[in-house]
Amino acid sequence: MRKFIIDFVIVENRHLHDNYSLLILTPKTGEKLPEMRPGQFVQIAIDGTKSTFLRRPISINFVDYNNNQLWLLVRKAGEGTSHLLGLQKGDNLNIILPLGSSFTIPTEKTSRLLLVGGGVGIAPMLYLGCELKNKGYNPEFLIGARSAKDILELDELASVGNVHISTEDGSLGEKGLVTKNSVLNTPIDFIYCCGPAPMMKAVAKVAQNIGSECEVSLENMMACGVGACLCCVENTVKGNVCVCTEGPVFNINQLTW
Amino acid sequence: MVNLNVNIGNLSLKNPALTASGTFGYGEEFSDFIDLNKLGGFIVKGTTINHREGNPYPRMIETPSGMLNAVGLQNKGVDYFINQIYPRISDIESEIIVNVSGASIGDYVAVCEKLAPLDKINAIEVNISCPNVKQGGMAFGTTANGAAQVTKAVRAAFPKTLIVKLSPNVTDITEIARAAESEGADSVSLINTMLGMAIDVEKRRPYLSTITGGLSGAAVRPVAVRMVWQVAKAVQIPVIGLGGIMNGRDAIEFMLAGATAIEVGTANFIDPSTTIKIIDFMNEYCDRHGIKDINEIIGQI
Repeated sequence: MRKFIIDFVIVENRHLHDNYSLLILTPKTGEKLPEMRPGQFVQIAIDGTKSTFLRRPISINFVDYNNNQLWLLVRKAGEGTSHLLGLQKGDNLNIILPLGSSFTIPTEKTSRLLLVGGGVGIAPMLYLGCELKNKGYNPEFLIGARSAKDILELDELASVGNVHISTEDGSLGEKGLVTKNSVLNTPIDFIYCCGPAPMMKAVAKVAQNIGSECEVSLENMMACGVGACLCCVENTVKGNVCVCTEGPVFNINQLTW
Repeated sequence: MVNLNVNIGNLSLKNPALTASGTFGYGEEFSDFIDLNKLGGFIVKGTTINHREGNPYPRMIETPSGMLNAVGLQNKGVDYFINQIYPRISDIESEIIVNVSGASIGDYVAVCEKLAPLDKINAIEVNISCPNVKQGGMAFGTTANGAAQVTKAVRAAFPKTLIVKLSPNVTDITEIARAAESEGADSVSLINTMLGMAIDVEKRRPYLSTITGGLSGAAVRPVAVRMVWQVAKAVQIPVIGLGGIMNGRDAIEFMLAGATAIEVGTANFIDPSTTIKIIDFMNEYCDRHGIKDINEIIGQI
C-alpha cells in the first residue's frame, strides 16, 4: 500500500482518563484519507519536547471515512506520548501512514471471532471489529485491564459486538487475567490479540490449546517504521524480520514464542 | 541556475546529497515519499559475503537528540543483492553506491569482486567502522595499518570509485584517512556512529542486547564536523561528510568544513524527505549568497 506523509490538525483530544487520550485528527489541507487496514499503524513526528528525537508509532484505532477523521488512542508512556496527551484542538501533527501489515479477515463468515485487547491494546480492535461487522461477521471482544477505570472505549466496542471483560481487581467483568476469562472455554475459530507481550504470549498459548487461529500485534521499539533501519526486528521462523513491514500483525505460527 | 554537480574520484554526482548506509534500505522503502532520481545518490545497506542475521533484539534506543543502534549488519548477502535487489533498482537515475563490510580482508575482496562487473554500481563504500560486529568492521578502522590493508586489497579488486568509511572511535582520524588515501582510496566518508551505551536504571540493565551500540543523530554533529574539517585538511582526496545532518543548514556546515558531498542518515527516519529538502536548500542558499557553483564553498573554513 502506498504510504503518505500528511499534516493533520487535531479536531478533538478526548481525555479518557489521566493516562489515555483519544486523538481525533483530520488532514490539514482537507485531502481525503488514504485507505488504511485494521492492524496498521502510523508514525507521528513529535515536535517541541526536550528529549524526544524519533517519531512515535501509534496503532490505528479507527478511520472515520465519512468525516475524513483518523482516531488514535494514546497511552502516556514517556515524554513523546505525554506531549501527545497535552495537545489541543487545532494543533498540528505530521504523520506517516499507513504502515505495516493488517489483520487477516477469515473467509468463513460463520467463524467465531474473538478480538482480545489488553489496556491500550484494544486500540486496533475497534477498527478491526467495525471492519468485520461491516463485512457481515459477528465479532466479539475480550478486554482486559487492571481496573474498571482502565477499560477504554467500552461504548464504542459494545456497539460493534459482545464485550467480555476481565479486570485484575474484579471491579468490572470477571476477576483475573484475560486468559482465565470463561469465554475462552467456548469454541473460537480466530483470536486477534494486542496488548503487553506477556499477555499476548499467554493468549497465544490458549489459542494453541483450543485450536484457534491467532494473530498478534507486536510493538517492538522502532525507529524508521518503513523497513530501512532494521531496529524493530522480531525473531521468526524466517529469521529476524522487521515488525514495521512484515508486522506488526503476525500469525503466532510465524513466531518463535 | 546553481551548479550542484560534484565529483568523487571518477564518480560524478548531480548534487552532493547522498543517503547513509543502513538508513535508507535499498531506496525502494522511500519511493513513496521522494523522487529517488533527484538524489545525488544513495548508499545501500552494508553488504557482506554471506547472509547475516544481525544482533538480537533490542537493537535501538532513543537518546538525547539521537539514537543508539546495534543492528549488526543484518543483510541477505551480496548474491541476494545482485540477483534480487539490484535488478529492481538499477533503473534509478541516481548513483547507487554499495556499502561493503567483512569479517576478514578476504570477505571484503570477495564482495568487491562480485560487485565490480555491475554496470550501475560505479562506486563502493568500504565500511571499516561498524561498531556493532565482533569481527572485522571497526577492528580494521581503528588502526592505520588495518585501514591500509583493507584499502589495498579492495583497491586491487574494484577498479571503480572506492570510498572508505571511517570510524570516529579513534584517537587521530587523520592518520587513518591518510592510510586509506595512500593505498588508493578515491575518497573517505566520515563519520560512522560513535560507540555509546545507555542503561535502563529501573530495570538496571543495558537497553541494547549488545550492551554498547553506535550513536547517531544530531547529537554527534559537532564531533563529525570537527573530524571532517581535520581530515579535509589532511588528505588530497575528496571527503564525504556525515553525522547528524538534519537539514540543509547542517549539510552546508559540513561542506564549509571540507566535505565535497554529504550523507543523510538518521534524519531519514524522522523526515523521509530530508534529502530533497537539503537539495532545495542548497539551491536557495547559493542563490542567496551569490554562489554559482557549490564547489566554491567546499572547505572554506
